[in-house]
Amino acid sequence: MTTAPAVPTTHAAQPRRGWYRRNEIAITPWLFLAPGILFFAAYVIIPIFQSFQVSFYAWDGLGDLADTGTFIGMGNYRELAGDRNFEISFWNNIKWLVLYLLAIPMGLFIALFLNQTVTGIRLYKSLFFFPFVISQVVVGLVFSWFYLPSEGLLNTVIGLVGLGPINILGDPTYATYGIIAAGLWPQTAYCMILYLTGLNAVDPEQIEAARLDGAKGWKMLWYIIIPQLKPATFIAFVVTIIGALRSFDLISIMTNGGPFGQTRVLSFYMYEKALAEFGFRMGYGASIAVVLFMIMLIFIAYFLWSMWRDERAAR
Amino acid sequence: MRSILTALAASTIMTGAAFADAHALSGDMRIVSDMSNPAPRAVMEGLVADFGEMHPDLNIELEIVDRDGWKGQIRNALSSNPPDVINWYAANRMMPFVNAGLFEDVSDLWDEIEGLDSVKGALTIDDKQWGVPYTYYNWGLYYREDIFAELGIEEPETFEQEMANCQVILDSGRKCYAIGTKFLWTAGGWFDYMNMRTNGFDFHMELARGEVEWTDDRVRETFANWRKLIDMGAYIDDHQNYSWQEALPFVANGEATHYLIGNFAVAPMRDAGLTDEQIDFYQFPAINPDVEMGEDAPIDTFHIPAGAENKDAAREFLKFVTGADVQTAINGPEVKDGDTVTKPGLGQLPVNAASAVEDDEFLNQGFEMLTENATGGIAQFFDRDFPAEMAAAGMEGLQEFMVFPDNLDDILQRLEQTRQRVYAE
Repeated sequence: MTTAPAVPTTHAAQPRRGWYRRNEIAITPWLFLAPGILFFAAYVIIPIFQSFQVSFYAWDGLGDLADTGTFIGMGNYRELAGDRNFEISFWNNIKWLVLYLLAIPMGLFIALFLNQTVTGIRLYKSLFFFPFVISQVVVGLVFSWFYLPSEGLLNTVIGLVGLGPINILGDPTYATYGIIAAGLWPQTAYCMILYLTGLNAVDPEQIEAARLDGAKGWKMLWYIIIPQLKPATFIAFVVTIIGALRSFDLISIMTNGGPFGQTRVLSFYMYEKALAEFGFRMGYGASIAVVLFMIMLIFIAYFLWSMWRDERAAR
Repeated sequence: MRSILTALAASTIMTGAAFADAHALSGDMRIVSDMSNPAPRAVMEGLVADFGEMHPDLNIELEIVDRDGWKGQIRNALSSNPPDVINWYAANRMMPFVNAGLFEDVSDLWDEIEGLDSVKGALTIDDKQWGVPYTYYNWGLYYREDIFAELGIEEPETFEQEMANCQVILDSGRKCYAIGTKFLWTAGGWFDYMNMRTNGFDFHMELARGEVEWTDDRVRETFANWRKLIDMGAYIDDHQNYSWQEALPFVANGEATHYLIGNFAVAPMRDAGLTDEQIDFYQFPAINPDVEMGEDAPIDTFHIPAGAENKDAAREFLKFVTGADVQTAINGPEVKDGDTVTKPGLGQLPVNAASAVEDDEFLNQGFEMLTENATGGIAQFFDRDFPAEMAAAGMEGLQEFMVFPDNLDDILQRLEQTRQRVYAE
């Protein structure tokens, strides 16, 4: 059949490989990723686009969107622009995002304080970590009892120094700050754990070198320790931002959005408009969700960019 | 003793009836009930047990969910894997589900059941009936009789007397009205009465149907009357922090004397240690002598989801709970021997005209008030008469008014904006 070559072929001995074998290196990672991608698409990516779609409709959420929904274009967004409750929720979200970041420095200082070897330090560390272990619902209940206007511990304590009584959760000016303070308790513990792990990785030689150069106290902290804690700070920042945006459960337990809607955040307002007892406005709820998504997108973009930058630097 | 006997008699009649029309029901039946407070819970469990005895081949699964939680869960329950029987409320509250085709048309049952004609309207939408009532209850001012006696004051008939009483109560270092507005609806009850007494039942319904502006002077007059009480300091402080249950101890401890609430509050008051000599009840006094007295008397209902699987059994259950004897038995007062409940009861009023109202101080008074002294008309309740979105915005505004009465103008403007949008759709 073939003209016999003078030189024997080099790969004649090898059996013919299958398509998968030939593309193994390229295919395998995707196979492993497939279940994750599939579920992520079904439960996260596709619903995001569906929310965008629903936000252009007036729809009560009962029955099928195509049958019972009416397309109203930007109508929901126009209404949002003049909705005072939306405005209040939006600014509350901003307050949460800014004040929740206090968890990072507080966590750092508790971590520095606990980063020493004395008898029973493990016990102290676990006590500080305790609030993060218990459920947010329990944290919310504990704090709402703590804040109770007549019997609460807070008013008893400030009563001793002649202040109060103050009804934190019943007063629209303080209620949101009261809930944020409750949320900071477990969040600080979380940041503390991240920094404790980070402190273990601080290079002792650098500290020694800095000490020889005469650095101590704040200078040591600022120029030697904190730069080495950068990975921990980044993770703490990520989890704190996520925590601030997930504030739903604390609000639901402590004030139920009240008094008269002054402690709502966007996610809670969306829930009330679209899903709760009197909420039959799926389209309006979806438009709130889209706005919330846009806010999150700022942070998501920043996180992705900074991870991409780190990865490139590592190569 | 007498109640136990009637209970026994009632249950014998029930079993008797069971043999008469025992269709062979079989398969599974799933009931989701929102009767989660202790007394109603016992009633619901009793109902299911009795019905199960009548139909031994039927496997009944009863799931009791938190009453306030159910209000948010019902829509999911109706659309995915719906149960066979659920609890809900009459009038406007069932409208969205009826419109979306999620409730079963049970008009056929209404042809068979007798004695429910008086409430047929509240369960009718588009000339069809979408559920059956099992109980209703009066609202009114429940008060501490013993404190009234101690202060030498009596049940008032006019608003002036009410305020004069309240001044005496305030001077004795107590508050007049306990209320917990954390979940908002309790403030709706106060508005219902203030508005019905100031402008009459018909005006109240016009407002509910969106035919009157919230900025109308008559509405302002209602708020002006209400404000008189708020300015006196008649309400307990910090009510925005409490649920209605959390505000009960104020009455039980004698820190507040009144509670404007439905008759369902009597059972927990008794549980809190108050005897019938200590609590009593009167109709909300007249404010404007020219208007007839209107009353709130909400109806609670059973429905069959359109997607139910065992509709035969569900229909049979709905017929069972509306029967005159069953209604008599479940609506009676709860009877207790120490801490053990010997006869569960809702302590409310039966809807079936052929049922008897059991002999109980509060049920008798409430029934008399509704049949003889509510000539203006009977309303369902703020959150059932007003469309969902108007009710939500309205109750939030009412709570704000109770805490900051000075914000009234702003609140009314907002409610008017909401009204214009909600009713235009």
